[in-house]
Amino acid sequence: METIILFAPLVGALIAGFGWRITGEKAAQWITTGLLFLSAFLSWIVFLGHDGVTEQIQIMRWIESGTLSTDWAIRLDRLTAIMLIVITTVSALVHLYSFGYMAHDENFGDDESYRPRFFAYLSFFTFAMLMLVTSDNLVQMFFGWEGVGVASYLLIGFYFRKPSANAAAIKAFVVNRVGDFGFALGIFGLFMLTDSVRFDDIFAAAPALAKTEISFLWAEWNAANLLAVLLFIGAMGKSAQLILHTWLPDAMEGPTPVSALIHAATMVTAGVFLVCRMSPLFEFAPEAKQFVVFLGATTAFFAATVGLVQNDIKRVIAYSTCSQLGYMFVAAGVGVYSVAMFHLLTHAFFKAMLFLGAGSVIHGMHHEQDMRNYGGLRKKLPLTFWAMLIGTLAITGVGIPLTGWIGFAGFASKDAVIESAFVGSAGGYAYWMLVIAALFTSFYSWRLMFLTFWGEPRGNKHTHDHAHESPTVMLVPLGVLALGAIFAGAIWYGSFFGKTNEVVKFFGGKYGEPAHELVEAVAERSPKASELHYVMKSKPGEAAIYIAPENTVLHEAHYVPTWVKLSPFIAMVIGFLTAFQMYIRRPELPAKLAENQRPLYLFLLNKWYFDEIYDFVFVRPAKALGRFLWKRGDGAVIDGGINGLAMGVIPFLTRLAGRAQSGYVFHYAFAMVLGIAIILTWVTISGGAN
Amino acid sequence: MTVADFIFYVFALSTLVGGLFTVVSRNPVHSVLWLILAFLSAAGLFILLGAEFVAMLLMIVYVGAVAVLFLFVVMMLDVDFAELKAEMTKYMPLALLIGVIILMQLALAFGAWGYSDGIETRLAAPVDGGIQNTAGLGTLLYDKYFMLFQLAGLILLVAMIGAIVLTLRHRQDIKRQDILAQMYRDPAKAMELKDVKPGQGL
Amino acid sequence: MISSDLSIILPEIALAIFAMVALIVAVYTAKDKLAPMLTWLTAAVFVILAFWIGTGSDSTRVAFEGAFVDDGFARFAKVTILLSAAAVLVMSLDYLEKRDLLRFEYPLLIALAAVGMMVMVSAGDLMALYMGLELQSLSLYVVASLRRDSAKSTEAGLKYFVLGALSSGLLLYGASLTYGFAGTTLFAGIIEAAGNEPSLGLIFGLVFLISGFAFKVSAAPFHMWTPDVYEGSPTPVTAFFATAPKVAAMALFARVVHDAFGGNVGDWQQIVAFLAVVSMFLGAIAAIGQTNIKRLMAYSSIAHMGFALMGLAAGTAFGVQAMLIYMAIYVTMNIGTFAFILSMERDGRPVTDIASLKMYSRSEPLKALAMLVLLFSLAGVPPMVGFFGKFYVLRAAYDAGLAWLAIAGVVASVIGAFYYLRIVYFMYFGETEEPLDGQMSPALWAALMVSAAVMVFGVVNLFGIEPLAAAAAETLVN
Repeated sequence: METIILFAPLVGALIAGFGWRITGEKAAQWITTGLLFLSAFLSWIVFLGHDGVTEQIQIMRWIESGTLSTDWAIRLDRLTAIMLIVITTVSALVHLYSFGYMAHDENFGDDESYRPRFFAYLSFFTFAMLMLVTSDNLVQMFFGWEGVGVASYLLIGFYFRKPSANAAAIKAFVVNRVGDFGFALGIFGLFMLTDSVRFDDIFAAAPALAKTEISFLWAEWNAANLLAVLLFIGAMGKSAQLILHTWLPDAMEGPTPVSALIHAATMVTAGVFLVCRMSPLFEFAPEAKQFVVFLGATTAFFAATVGLVQNDIKRVIAYSTCSQLGYMFVAAGVGVYSVAMFHLLTHAFFKAMLFLGAGSVIHGMHHEQDMRNYGGLRKKLPLTFWAMLIGTLAITGVGIPLTGWIGFAGFASKDAVIESAFVGSAGGYAYWMLVIAALFTSFYSWRLMFLTFWGEPRGNKHTHDHAHESPTVMLVPLGVLALGAIFAGAIWYGSFFGKTNEVVKFFGGKYGEPAHELVEAVAERSPKASELHYVMKSKPGEAAIYIAPENTVLHEAHYVPTWVKLSPFIAMVIGFLTAFQMYIRRPELPAKLAENQRPLYLFLLNKWYFDEIYDFVFVRPAKALGRFLWKRGDGAVIDGGINGLAMGVIPFLTRLAGRAQSGYVFHYAFAMVLGIAIILTWVTISGGAN
Repeated sequence: MTVADFIFYVFALSTLVGGLFTVVSRNPVHSVLWLILAFLSAAGLFILLGAEFVAMLLMIVYVGAVAVLFLFVVMMLDVDFAELKAEMTKYMPLALLIGVIILMQLALAFGAWGYSDGIETRLAAPVDGGIQNTAGLGTLLYDKYFMLFQLAGLILLVAMIGAIVLTLRHRQDIKRQDILAQMYRDPAKAMELKDVKPGQGL
Repeated sequence: MISSDLSIILPEIALAIFAMVALIVAVYTAKDKLAPMLTWLTAAVFVILAFWIGTGSDSTRVAFEGAFVDDGFARFAKVTILLSAAAVLVMSLDYLEKRDLLRFEYPLLIALAAVGMMVMVSAGDLMALYMGLELQSLSLYVVASLRRDSAKSTEAGLKYFVLGALSSGLLLYGASLTYGFAGTTLFAGIIEAAGNEPSLGLIFGLVFLISGFAFKVSAAPFHMWTPDVYEGSPTPVTAFFATAPKVAAMALFARVVHDAFGGNVGDWQQIVAFLAVVSMFLGAIAAIGQTNIKRLMAYSSIAHMGFALMGLAAGTAFGVQAMLIYMAIYVTMNIGTFAFILSMERDGRPVTDIASLKMYSRSEPLKALAMLVLLFSLAGVPPMVGFFGKFYVLRAAYDAGLAWLAIAGVVASVIGAFYYLRIVYFMYFGETEEPLDGQMSPALWAALMVSAAVMVFGVVNLFGIEPLAAAAAETLVN
């Protein structure tokens, strides 16, 4: 069954990509979509029927070279099962949605068949993503990792006639290369130290790695920390974390279904998945975890600030994605991997829905993406409006405070992240960054809603007159995702963020009594959390995730002070009220504020000038170097040298040789004697030496 | 210096002089004559070595046959040696230079000449002493050097075949005398008499 | 004693007697009318002898007190020589008949040359060496001017003869210097006398000997005869020149430097390396200017000899093995290529201009493809067998510490690729001229296709030639 899940998208991609001339365009679209729905259906069966025990299903032997032995195998555990449902569900819905969205595209002529290609790319992406999450070893994972990179590149640049789309595709690819370099180094390092790329071997060796020193670049490092950081650099690239985040907003050049599938729900979460998957390693790398927390929190804050002032509807959501990924990394970094996965799951639903809703708006507004040209669309697009509203309620985290789980999906998971962050960072930097980010999230989400659906219609009147609700194929996925956005949090709250024993059981691990000293230490640290009954007892690699026995963040997070529990809710309310004040009651206020705080406004609008700095520091020197090597190095030296040799020196020598071949016997005899003389002289000289 | 030594130097010198003038003399006939001198001197050297059979062979074959053949060839061929020489002088300086260089190298080699260790054992006479030169040669040629001797025969055979292949032409357009046909010719059949009646013709 | 000696040289005796009997029979019977039959017969005798030698004893036997050595190395070379000579004989039949050149002496001269070559590769004595060499050379001088009505052909024969005489002189001079130093002409005695610290006189003898061999393998700077002789000789004779005698001379070269001077590798290694470099570069560079495919093949063979010498220059058993493999591959490639050249004619007249091949692929796609494979192989383009030949010699040179030589070889092969690829370019692109005649005799067609197929399928295991060459090299170098 797992094999079918994995290969159905590949089969679909191959049929649609190479066989659509035979099957026809429509059939190709239906085949890919049908196979994806099959895959999704089976994934849900697998997920619901999964008992937490890790299974390995070998497909074939892959690489045998020296001590490197790699199987192509499916590793099925709770992590994989979660990713399976996320990927296949969202992908299936996006396939369906694309029927409507890609029906008529102004970037292509009527006689061009771009649809099978689009569906083939989508299915190929799904296959690669499934490869990534089902992998049993790092090499296979890397294959999937690069596969989704390729698919992402192809889909961002799908509108290949748009220069901006091509530039964005290249940017995404190149920025990801930086991260992948770190990832690859991490794999090499692990192989060097453990002599294996299989997860089982690596996890088993993780405790030993924590005690190993390794020399890298200029210094000696703790092996576990170094490797964890290297792997995390790969995750940073894929998950658009700060420093390597610049590609994600630009990736919005791709068609909106792509943004929903790849750049919101699945591919960008691969980094989070990687960290969770490597949890046995991270648990032994405390410094690396701190680094993850710091970077995640900073990203969450940074992306939220930038999202405040963006005008492109997709860019707002893109920065929102970036910010939410930061939340997930914070959760993973403080050691509550289950919460990271929880937020990943709920986020996939509501963010995919927001994107698809945005796509519906864009579709209805004839590919107008600037929110300043929207307004009052509530009546024109009622169903889309409701969907977007649910999405916004979910992302801002609306729910009943202090119950923990009664609320929209985002409420349960985001509050869990913030509470864990409070414990993990001891009420410090990460916690406050996340709370502020939550405030900003609420603000820009409502800003988006107000600008789009409330107020007076702005912009092109003609466009507004012809604004229309999207066809049913686009609305059905919205409805399905809305269910997830509403209920996903409440349903799985206990499994991901319940009592330690529940969570451990859910992820297929063993739990047991904590050590006495540990109980005392926890009680001393936070008296409310003194009733520590269970900790994880599985060895690294036995369960889907590994939580070290000393890691009690999951337990303590339930006993944070009340003000901490209330803080995200308060932040959400403040954000909502501010947005309401600025965009409903006093619509002239934002412009005034932007005028008053111009430097700050520009700073945010220009995304903290990251692109400009990169352009100055990396891109331009690289281009200059490239141009130098091209013109001077390749053009002048190599081409010049080769051409000079091939067209100047060699023909000259050829003519010389031709002239020597005069046809006169005595010339020939002379050459022979000359040869003798030369050899004799040489022999005499070199022979005289010894 | 014994008499034998003196004679050796005389013959050696005249061989060298003969060789030199073979090359440098202007008249080709003179060249051949100088060559004959060189052969004769070489024959003398062979006699000094006690190889009288080889010396005689040299006299008979080279002086008697080959050199005379050369003379005929040189006289019969119309080769403008002067022209060849003129062409040669163009390259003389360079050729001289290289010649001198090679000569110097060789001088160097002969100056530092040394025989290998144990050369005496390897140089041991191939046939027992006390046998006549001719008999000794015969034994060698048909025993130890049998293969080489036969190969030499094959070489000569090839030379002969080559000469015939390259020069012999069977001309079809000439009349040839067929002696047998002449001998067995029946005079009775050679001529047929026809009685031609007047006014009718055949 | 003599009967056991004779039993060792039985193949040579058989071939010589066959040649002489055939000569007498032909002279006293139908003469040139027998020529086609004699040609086939000679080829058949070659093949039979090759099988006889190839499947015979695998021990090392010595005849005539060391003057003749029958070892694995000699047998490997003899089989290669005989088989390639047989192939060339069969290929030449059609061409010579059409041009009225097929005389009954032709196969017999080739047979006698083969005797000479067999003696050469088995020589264990400077005198045997010289006898074999002269027997072979003299036969070749004659067949070079086989087309005696053509000025070019006679010129070729004469040039070859005059320069050959000069090279023989050099060789003999070297031989006498060697004899003067060692006091013997037997290789076994020379190697004993030379020791590890040879005198300058012996080295000079070695230099002159090597010059003589270099002339025979047409290694630069003793190569000057090659283009003229290749061009002037009738094409089948050129094909013969390019194959069997090269193997024989190369084997002789290896035999002398290893059997007689095996203790002085350092002394001849630099000379051979010098010859190799000069040959490779001269062959590659001078060929670029050629428009006549026969001249081009002459330079090609000079360059290839350079590569084979590179293997020899290594001075190791592996080097000899690489050289043997290279020569076997080279001979196979040349047979195929010359089969094609022999078939190049327009209106029944032979054509040798490269430009006449323009757009050949359009009229004869299969033959053009086979030729493409052969040319790629000659150039040493990787999937073809020719590449592996080059690879072996490069590795041998590199392993022997002659990295500079290997690098020079790579550079030269890059330059050399140009002119092979230019023929390919002509065949597949460019303007069509008057097309060449399409038909091709079955023998030529078979030779071309088999040789091309070998170049492709040989990549699997080189048809098992590698261990044979290794064993042969082992008997020579120990």
